[in-house]
Amino acid sequence: MSFLATFRHGVHPPEHKELTSALTTRRMPFPAEVVLPVRQHAGKPAKVVVKKGDHVERGDIVAVADGFVSAPVHASVTGEVSSIEWWPHPDGSSAPAVRIAVSPHSAQIARERTVPDWRGLEPAQIVQAVQDAGVVGLGGAAFPTHVKLAPPKGTKVDTILLNGCECEPYLTTDHRVMVEQADRVIHGLRIMMRCTGAPRAVIGIEMNKPDAIEAIRRVLPKDLNVEVLPLRVKYPQGAEKMLVESVLGLEVPSGKLPISVGALVQNVASAATIAEVFETGLPLIERIVTVTGLGIRKPANLIVPVGTLLRDLLAACGGMTDDAREIVFGGPMMGQAQGNLDVPVTKGTTGVVVLSDAEVAREHVHPCIRCGKCLDACPVFLNPSLLGRYAQRDRWEDMESHHLNDCMLCGACSYVCPSNIPLSQMFGAAKTMLRRTKAADAALAANATATVKS
Amino acid sequence: MDESAILSSALILGGTGLTFAILIAVAHRKLRVWEDPRIDQIVAMLPGANCGACGSAGCRNFAERLLKADAKPVGCTVMNPDGVKSVASFLGVDAGTAVKRVARLLCAGGSDVATKKAEYHGHRTCVAAASVSTGGKGCSWGCIGLADCARACSFGAITMGPTGLPVVDPAKCTACNDCVVVCPKDLFQILPVTRRLLVQCKSALEGDSAQAVCKVACTACGKCVQDAKPGLISIANGLAVVDPAQSALEEPAATGRCPTGAIVWCEWAQFAPKAAAKSAVRETVNT
Repeated sequence: MSFLATFRHGVHPPEHKELTSALTTRRMPFPAEVVLPVRQHAGKPAKVVVKKGDHVERGDIVAVADGFVSAPVHASVTGEVSSIEWWPHPDGSSAPAVRIAVSPHSAQIARERTVPDWRGLEPAQIVQAVQDAGVVGLGGAAFPTHVKLAPPKGTKVDTILLNGCECEPYLTTDHRVMVEQADRVIHGLRIMMRCTGAPRAVIGIEMNKPDAIEAIRRVLPKDLNVEVLPLRVKYPQGAEKMLVESVLGLEVPSGKLPISVGALVQNVASAATIAEVFETGLPLIERIVTVTGLGIRKPANLIVPVGTLLRDLLAACGGMTDDAREIVFGGPMMGQAQGNLDVPVTKGTTGVVVLSDAEVAREHVHPCIRCGKCLDACPVFLNPSLLGRYAQRDRWEDMESHHLNDCMLCGACSYVCPSNIPLSQMFGAAKTMLRRTKAADAALAANATATVKS
Repeated sequence: MDESAILSSALILGGTGLTFAILIAVAHRKLRVWEDPRIDQIVAMLPGANCGACGSAGCRNFAERLLKADAKPVGCTVMNPDGVKSVASFLGVDAGTAVKRVARLLCAGGSDVATKKAEYHGHRTCVAAASVSTGGKGCSWGCIGLADCARACSFGAITMGPTGLPVVDPAKCTACNDCVVVCPKDLFQILPVTRRLLVQCKSALEGDSAQAVCKVACTACGKCVQDAKPGLISIANGLAVVDPAQSALEEPAATGRCPTGAIVWCEWAQFAPKAAAKSAVRETVNT
């Protein structure tokens, strides 16, 4: 095992993927209502273009992209817009959202669409088509996919890395995509290689998914330079920079993107979605969500319309057990704990983990004993112990000078800490505070200049 | 042998010392930067809190601005009136006039009136809890109540009240802006104490959906708009907004028919016992 490619540092939490890894995806019944937030991607929120009372069909646009780093939102069901209002968002805030009452008499069959042949399209046209379809990274961060397909001037994509690591415990979304839609994954990769002109591609898959490796290998094309690279099982292998290190042996410099070393990282499910867009013409309106954990009665891999409320999703999986304690969107390492059953599934929701009492250990937080375990765990070689002590004293600037901004909040440090210090959460908060204090200082400086001038 | 060693080392050390002493003496003359001695004297009179409430980068910067007549002594909100007077008389200038400004909390959703949907067990700061469903609170605009502001306040002006809301003591508040910066929900606003009409809510929700998560939310019903003098209050983004330019028109009458008590007449401190009594009366009428 140890001869397999991987990155330095990192952790190996219990995988718990056995709950759903062998379950074939099934479509969940259409709910009575979906709520589509305008903010489902990194970048500027979309702008709503429908109004109350409008009839929309599956795949119709409800909000258009606002600029290049933005993505449109499409109706995931046929129904009537019941209102446009503020709605709880999985990130803990509220966001404007389009509520659609699902039409009970509709068969929910999308209308026929004309699909342009991708072979006849220029790269810029492919990028535009991908944006128009609202495709975003399905691995969790929801960065608009088309932005990555149009690398900045002066850079060249040498290798496309298709990310099939799925290193978060519990989740099996990408796993099922690779097993069940291997053809689509390869087809999407083919479109991306043509769009970016990349001569080579590597599909990185962790060794704990032998059936996925087998399925992809079976459909590998002869005419393209594509290979499957089995990787050691380690967290956070699926982080962009870690994957680049594992596969190419290159380190992405601090503050830079993988493109600076000629790499482009895309999630396997995003690739499959691109293939689907050019196959059916349907935009990104549904995704596979793993609903799992010991707190849910019937764990499943479901095809879920985007905007389905958490409440309906849990009901489709038999509901929660009596000892369910915590619901997390995404995996348990980086996922967002939810405090409201009315939040909708968004494009970036990889899974819903319902943790039972047994899985949620609530232990007392002790002082740091400086054991250094977090230093050995940190995949970007920071000193979480020192950063944690700064965070407790609100020393945000000192944290910045110790490279807080390289932290991707993977949670490896919190996971290994024997004192149960919530390091990763403290760093996330510190990043927010750093942003806020800088904005306040800038406002004060602007104010001072204004008074001097007047 | 011994004596010459003592003598030579004494000469070397003494000579080195003398050379450097001369160098320092020359440098002190030639490279001297003249600084107004009054700056140090004024800094000694200022409180030394370096809070930034005056808009300067610390007390020394404020002293420099005072000397340039770029600021008035009253600009320091931390000094008591006697201190302001002594600085003014030292400089021989007018102390200036300023309306006292205090931090106002634009949320009244304490644990007694706001709904809670989940329990929060993470890192106990507001900014950390803000990303986890507002610490389980039903309203995603409301106060989280984990006291980031009270910890940030250098003057001990903020204490946490019985319902988990921070209570600002106007007498101690210097309007330094620290609480404004740290609140992840942007609930603090620095306002002149003459601004008596406060809308203690930031929820963008309207009507029943606003009241469903908090009993004292502004429902944007518009009754206060009708009751106030024309042009004073308007409704924007699900909230009643008092026009700061028209604050002379403010009257307590605007709060009379507010169905939730979101708009209040604040004489001095927020969440005064009187306001609590009023809301108790309203509750008994409703039920």
